[in-house]
Amino acid sequence: MNLLSIFVAIPVLMLAGLFLSRTRQQARIISATGASLLMVAAVALAFLFMAERHAGNTDAMLFTASAQWFPAWNIGYSVGVDGISVLMILLSAFIVFTGIFTSWNIDPLPKEYFMWFCLLSVGVFGFFISLDLFTMFMFYEVALIPMYLLIGVWGSGKKEYAAMKLTLMLMGGSALLMLGILGIYFGSGATSMDIMDIAQSTIPTALQKYFFPLTFIGFGVLGALFPFHTWSPDGHASAPTAVSMLHAGVLMKLGGYGCFRVAMFLMPEAANELGWIFLILTGISVVYGAFSACVQKDLKYINAYSSVSHCGLVLFALLMMNTTAMTGAIMQMLSHGLMTALFFALIGMIYGRTHTRDIREMGGLMKIMPFLGVGYVIAGLASLGLPGLSGFVAEMNVFVGSFQHADTFHRVLTLIAVTSIVITAVYILRVVGKILYGPVQNPAHLKLTDAVWFERLPVVVLILAIAAIGLYPGWIADWIHTALEPIVSRLTLAAL
Amino acid sequence: MEYTLWILILPLLGFLSLGLLGTRLKGKSAGYIGTALLGLTALLSYFTAWQYFSMDRVDGIRQALTPVNWTWMRFTEFLHIDLGILLDPISVMMLVVISTVSLMVHIYSLGYMDGEKGFQRYYAFLGLFTFSMCGLVVATNIFQMYIFWELVGVSSYLLIGFYYTKPEAVSASKKAFIVTRFADMFFLMGILLLSYFTKTFDFGLLCDPANQSIFASAAGKTFLGGAVLSWAMALIFIGAAGKSAMFPLHIWLPDAMEGPTPVSALIHAATMVVAGVYLVARLFPVYFFFTPEVLHGIAYVAAFTALYAAIVACVQTDIKRVLAFSTISQIGFMLVALGVSSMGTVEANGLESHEGLGYMASMFHLFTHAMFKALLFLGAGAIIHTVHSNEMSRMGGLRKQMPITHITFLVACLAIAGIPPFSGFFSKDEILTATFMFKPWLGVVMTFIAALTAFYMFRLYYNIFWGKPAQHEHPLHEAPKNMTGPLVFLALVTVVAGFIPFGKFVSSTGATYIIHLDMKVAITSVVIALISILIAWKFYCKGTSTVPAKMAGFFGPLYTAAKHRFYIDEVYQFITHKIIFRCVSQPLAWFDRHVIDGILNGIGWITCRGSLAFRWMQTGQLQSYALLIILGALILLCISLFC
Repeated sequence: MNLLSIFVAIPVLMLAGLFLSRTRQQARIISATGASLLMVAAVALAFLFMAERHAGNTDAMLFTASAQWFPAWNIGYSVGVDGISVLMILLSAFIVFTGIFTSWNIDPLPKEYFMWFCLLSVGVFGFFISLDLFTMFMFYEVALIPMYLLIGVWGSGKKEYAAMKLTLMLMGGSALLMLGILGIYFGSGATSMDIMDIAQSTIPTALQKYFFPLTFIGFGVLGALFPFHTWSPDGHASAPTAVSMLHAGVLMKLGGYGCFRVAMFLMPEAANELGWIFLILTGISVVYGAFSACVQKDLKYINAYSSVSHCGLVLFALLMMNTTAMTGAIMQMLSHGLMTALFFALIGMIYGRTHTRDIREMGGLMKIMPFLGVGYVIAGLASLGLPGLSGFVAEMNVFVGSFQHADTFHRVLTLIAVTSIVITAVYILRVVGKILYGPVQNPAHLKLTDAVWFERLPVVVLILAIAAIGLYPGWIADWIHTALEPIVSRLTLAAL
Repeated sequence: MEYTLWILILPLLGFLSLGLLGTRLKGKSAGYIGTALLGLTALLSYFTAWQYFSMDRVDGIRQALTPVNWTWMRFTEFLHIDLGILLDPISVMMLVVISTVSLMVHIYSLGYMDGEKGFQRYYAFLGLFTFSMCGLVVATNIFQMYIFWELVGVSSYLLIGFYYTKPEAVSASKKAFIVTRFADMFFLMGILLLSYFTKTFDFGLLCDPANQSIFASAAGKTFLGGAVLSWAMALIFIGAAGKSAMFPLHIWLPDAMEGPTPVSALIHAATMVVAGVYLVARLFPVYFFFTPEVLHGIAYVAAFTALYAAIVACVQTDIKRVLAFSTISQIGFMLVALGVSSMGTVEANGLESHEGLGYMASMFHLFTHAMFKALLFLGAGAIIHTVHSNEMSRMGGLRKQMPITHITFLVACLAIAGIPPFSGFFSKDEILTATFMFKPWLGVVMTFIAALTAFYMFRLYYNIFWGKPAQHEHPLHEAPKNMTGPLVFLALVTVVAGFIPFGKFVSSTGATYIIHLDMKVAITSVVIALISILIAWKFYCKGTSTVPAKMAGFFGPLYTAAKHRFYIDEVYQFITHKIIFRCVSQPLAWFDRHVIDGILNGIGWITCRGSLAFRWMQTGQLQSYALLIILGALILLCISLFC
């Protein structure tokens, strides 16, 4: 079996195992084992990838394999990874692993919960390894549907509304995407749905102009592109902890990933021509999300709007279409994924204790639960871009890269995006000051306890990952540079 | 000189070990570990200074060294962040200042923070701060400086908010971080702009007068009527102004006094707040050769700040606030000196030309001020430790109970007032001389501020140590030895520092600079300072004089305004709460919930209504289906028959 198919196989096996499981403990063990295996596989993949590159393999995609599964339409199961996909797989493995541990005590129906969670992972991993447009789309859908049930059944608050809203908006995006994919396939006249094959032929610019916006918005909805982002605050706020983690941490990255892998890579002329419209929209996302986060009262809403801002920066940087900014975008995906997963995990743990997410009803928690408090402060510092943590390297790549753009319009937009670093500091410190510091707000909270082992594990793992990227960004930057080369060169060529 | 890396590693080790071990460390062991590591750091810094300054010069000019430089992150072919160590006169001088003051604060805190909750956290944060500050001054490129700039900001945030259960401390730490972050944003923009044209972050390339072709691409480019280079340098200065608490970005500093007093001594008096001065000094060649108008602008902003802060300091009653405003004012002096300076050295015979005096004076004042201001804060800490209050009214007559604190405090007051032979006299005199040479009227203003300085410092001194003793429930006592030790040490430094031939070590070009006292300026300033002290003595020594109250009445509105720091905080409060929160954030959040979501829900509603409208087609009744089928068949039949 192809190396990459393991990533689909493991969650599928987990699904089967969970189906047969009888008790909560069994479900937990199966999920934890599976998630650990995924983690091991992802790390092994990273090493193999590194070894292959070291050995001088300069193919754009490594570990490729393909098999036709619907020959009439040239639809195949073709897989392959470049540096960016490997990083995304690593990220997903981290989040799935930590997510399983955060759901340790999920109630009710733990077995069913873990099953849906596994199905979600099937979609996520499948998406990142796929090279075939249709297969990719299929996995994309597989990743979206379980959200509906996960939020609708295990969620909190206005969960039915949120689940419906999220699913419908993302499905709306999928509809556009479907059109876009068909347009790409037929427009290119290629004889396969494989992205690398399609890239060999050119799509007429006139057609690109129709299908680029469709594809970009289609993926953009999942990447919280303004004004299609409102599923995010409600969805994240209502979802159970691990689902928020996986959704904000990984699923939103599917959007950004699709934007450059499909929309920009295959339709570079239109990307250059229409990029400015989306640049403005993403610029709005960055600042608007940050400002909106400043006045929220629910911890999860704050984090959701912060995600809008941070993911906006991902798309913003992608549209700058130079290596540095796009490297920053990929780093921001990783960084945001880890950071926001950490945030949601901590929020879940705090909520599990205080039974409120309203910041006005909390205070002085640092004294009561120092471990969670320190974790939250570190997540906050990562979010506001403290050097040494991942947010900083990502943002600096984005800002420096974007500012190298020859166009004044792009540079001015960059300066506007830079203002987000102050607004981010405002809302992060507001929350930290409100809930962690100060006197204890609610005397009942004094009896609460700090984190236990299965809560500490994900927090520590995520913090280490954030610090690793922040302290030594060199290695991921190299991978990203190499992987971006074909994409950037196509975009540059198209600009001429 | 690779060993200089250990100057950074040791405090970082302290932070990591103390931070991770946390409360497992019992008693004062965290303090001893931190102090021991810092002691080593200080020894290394002194050794570095000795080795650096005893090195041979090339053509009479001290050379900059980069023993370590390692590419950390690569942006483009030319732009990359390096992490390294740059040793040149100012960075070595700063290393000495930072490690000395930090060591003193470490020792002092063994007594001051004894028994505090979070003792090991305190020492961990001190380690983090020392690491970041040392990293800042040895930065080889502007981006490394920005990185450590942010790190000192965070350490400052953590230390101001050390007493995190106190709401004032929490809001002060938040304010400090956000205001400086706001300034840092401009710093970052400045870096982006500058590097866009110069294609380098490296100080070595930026500041080399021989290598000016890198600025060529910016020549003639303007933005909104200003040259782009001026924009860039002005933006960078805003960053510096934020950290160095220049008007109107100074508002965080007085509030930052909520932190433990030794922290105020280290961060908010001696080291971090002069980072802005250091940044301007570091980029001085760029400012001087390419954007002299910005450099002069810096001088005016700094002079105004110095005046403003000195006036406010005259009427504050919280002793730490007085010291805070005094710090702002003194940093103003340093920046004025830089702003009026030019590059170059005095020729052996050319006594008249004082090129580069301001630069040297600024660095000298930075050095002396760090020592005597740290001393003042630590002295204030000793007093607060005993009196349990920051208010002057709770003090008075303390000279009998606290003799060592009294004498050392007096030494520092004399130094800051500019009385010979204490160190402040020399550095301040040089600043005034440089200012007179630039614009005489500015010199007059600065002399007036110097007089105000002498007045408010002695107002403080007499109110604390003389005057009417306040009532206390418990007996007052002198501070323990580990607190008075650093006081005595710093007082000794303050006494002798003035005689350091500073120009031999630090000057704008690296060549030796011979200092000449300008007698006219020196005598005037000393006489004026003495008069100010006399007035302060008259007003406050006995504590019975009614003149201050009358003066306050006479100046009425001005007095009230100064007491409220000219309402700058209220203006900020208005802007942040009323404008940003009420008029931007809340409407945006409302817009999001109601307009964007409203449209979305509207679409959902229309869909629902739409399907209701067609509901009659799917009733589930066989009859109606049959009817529809027949009707449809008939229509089709008609169409096929008649068309």
